[in-house]
Amino acid sequence: MLSKSQARAFFLGGTVVTFMAFIGLTIYSFRPQNDQTHHDKIDAQVIRGKHLWETNNCMGCHTILGEGGYYAPELTKVVERKGEEYIKIVLQSKVPWEPNGRKMVAYAMNDEDTQAMIAYFKWIGGIDLNGFDRIVSPLSKDKQ
Amino acid sequence: MKYKSQKVAYWFFALCMLLFTLQIVYGFIMGFARIGMDGLHDFIPFNTARAVHTNLLVVWLLTGFMGAAYYIIPEEAQRELISVKWAYIQLISLAVVGVVAIVGYHFNYWEGRKFLEIPRELDYLVVVNVLLFLGLILGTLFTGKRKTTTALVLSMGLLFAALLYLPGMIWFDSQVTDSFFRWWVVHLWVEGVWELIMGGILSYLLIKLTGVDREVIEKWLYVIVGLTFLSGILGTGHHYYYIGVNKIWLIVGGIFSALEPLAFLAMALFAVYMYRKGEKSHPNKIALFWTIGAAIVSFIGAGLLGFAHTLPQTNLYTHGTLVTAMHGHYAFWGAYAMIVLAIISYALPNITGRKRHDKTNGHMAFWLSNIGMLGMTVAFGVAGVVQVYMERKMGLDFMKVQNEISIHFVVLLLCATLFATGITMYIIEFIKYGKPSDEAMTTDTH
Ligand code: HEM
Ligand code: HEM
Ligand SMILES: [Fe+2]
Repeated sequence: MLSKSQARAFFLGGTVVTFMAFIGLTIYSFRPQNDQTHHDKIDAQVIRGKHLWETNNCMGCHTILGEGGYYAPELTKVVERKGEEYIKIVLQSKVPWEPNGRKMVAYAMNDEDTQAMIAYFKWIGGIDLNGFDRIVSPLSKDKQ
Repeated sequence: MKYKSQKVAYWFFALCMLLFTLQIVYGFIMGFARIGMDGLHDFIPFNTARAVHTNLLVVWLLTGFMGAAYYIIPEEAQRELISVKWAYIQLISLAVVGVVAIVGYHFNYWEGRKFLEIPRELDYLVVVNVLLFLGLILGTLFTGKRKTTTALVLSMGLLFAALLYLPGMIWFDSQVTDSFFRWWVVHLWVEGVWELIMGGILSYLLIKLTGVDREVIEKWLYVIVGLTFLSGILGTGHHYYYIGVNKIWLIVGGIFSALEPLAFLAMALFAVYMYRKGEKSHPNKIALFWTIGAAIVSFIGAGLLGFAHTLPQTNLYTHGTLVTAMHGHYAFWGAYAMIVLAIISYALPNITGRKRHDKTNGHMAFWLSNIGMLGMTVAFGVAGVVQVYMERKMGLDFMKVQNEISIHFVVLLLCATLFATGITMYIIEFIKYGKPSDEAMTTDTH
């Protein structure tokens, strides 16, 4: 039968080996040739957009890249699906946007912030998502 | 209770009860918003309610883990806590940081990063607080008379949980990199180091409640936490399939995360087997129900329901839908909420000296909350599966589908009412036990 020290060795050994593999794969994922995000296209606008995304906790209702709340639509590919004009109206609205009976927070954003958000969505929309973008927002493909 | 300083745990448990109550209130706010009753929108929009709901969950569970450590470590190390005064200071500062964060969420003071909404400035205070906690626990453990495996696994879990908080505090320009390291906190917590904490508490409770030999229990504890890390570390890859990280994770994440249920299966078998083998003479049956219950429900919620959407082929369709919410509720409930409620049920009679552990109320609390949560899980699950079909297979518009499934949220709210009734009864029992008492030192059951 298994002894306690063998059990401990199994625990320590398994942990060390898988942890090393995890670090190795992390380094591999972040090598420039394995990048799927067009990392070089992140400019000041995109960064500002991300900042706005965070400070307003948009992710508390919407998902992006499939992550976030399940209360409001996925926003990956939203520019392709809805167009810039529509996004602008939603973000700049002074009363809660409510096209289908569910309210969004009224952000009343200025032009600069709105442009930053759109830049951010465009950068997100260009990421290679291993096929997820076709499933989650099928309409974006139909419109093309 | 063998050591006076174990009383500190009581106040952590009391804070737990308070935060848990608030968590449920915010759950109801979201549930009602989902069936169109969003009258609170101007003051508590959905994103505020959600941040409060999930953060309160994490904070009350951590508070429970801390209380558990303050109760368990002195007994395992066979000495008093190195400082009771500092333990109270730690408790109060924890409560203050928690309250500031929760209030801040109502005033746009947050970072919109799912589960890690606490703003950066407050993160530093969290770190200081946790360092103080670890100092007290590790200081007690390493100056004590013995260092048991149970105590080591529990403390190791707490220490790693603190370390893993750090990658979540780095700013990244890329949303993808940000998410990548956010999972080092969220995933490696719940499917890694928190399982060590759970395993440690479970092992302590089984030793106390079943009377089975410590050596046997602790041997299997090593096997369980071994399986946890073996599968869970590389299993992080199941969050990297579709967020713009390299394809290599489809294979690595798929294989290793599919093995993750083994650790939970082992935990369930372990608990049931030790119970069968044990004497069954311990009077605190309610604590026993919560303990065995945690081991079994965590296997269903985390193991089976996690497995249900962890393969890349299924996750492609379920990623970011209500299917995830179904799993999130039952996994957190079974694994972490129930184990905290188990240690509280075990500790209360010992801390207060009042033996209320055969009261019908306590059993009712167990069954009502469990039936309620099972019903909620089914409601989320049906809503989620319908959402996946209509939105992702048939390509219908998001909001059209949401309107179709809103009926399942009526069911959710009914089950949530059952659940909340159970929890209310649990809290009433908690209050009836009264304050801790030094007389409890002599009337101990174990
Ligand atoms: C007690 C342990 C566990 C807890 C508390 C837990 C909780 C959660 C939560 C809250 C989420 C949502 C995260 C988010 O989208 O931000 C999640 C996602 C997920 N969990 Fe778990 N989980 C546990 C164990 C497991 C296990 C063992 C598996 C696999 C066998 C698993 C598979 C998944 C998958 C695949 C997702 C991603 C869903 C998606 O793509 O939207 N989980 N889990
Ligand atoms: C009265 C009881 C409760 C109700 C009505 C409720 C309702 C909800 C709702 C509506 C959401 C948001 C889903 C969305 O984004 O659309 C949510 C999220 C969540 N709740 Fe609850 N909840 C309750 C209790 C609990 C309990 C007891 C736990 C833990 C044991 C819990 C854990 C979570 C988690 C982890 C999430 C995030 C899930 C994810 O992002 O995948 N909830 N809850
Ligand atoms: Fe995970």
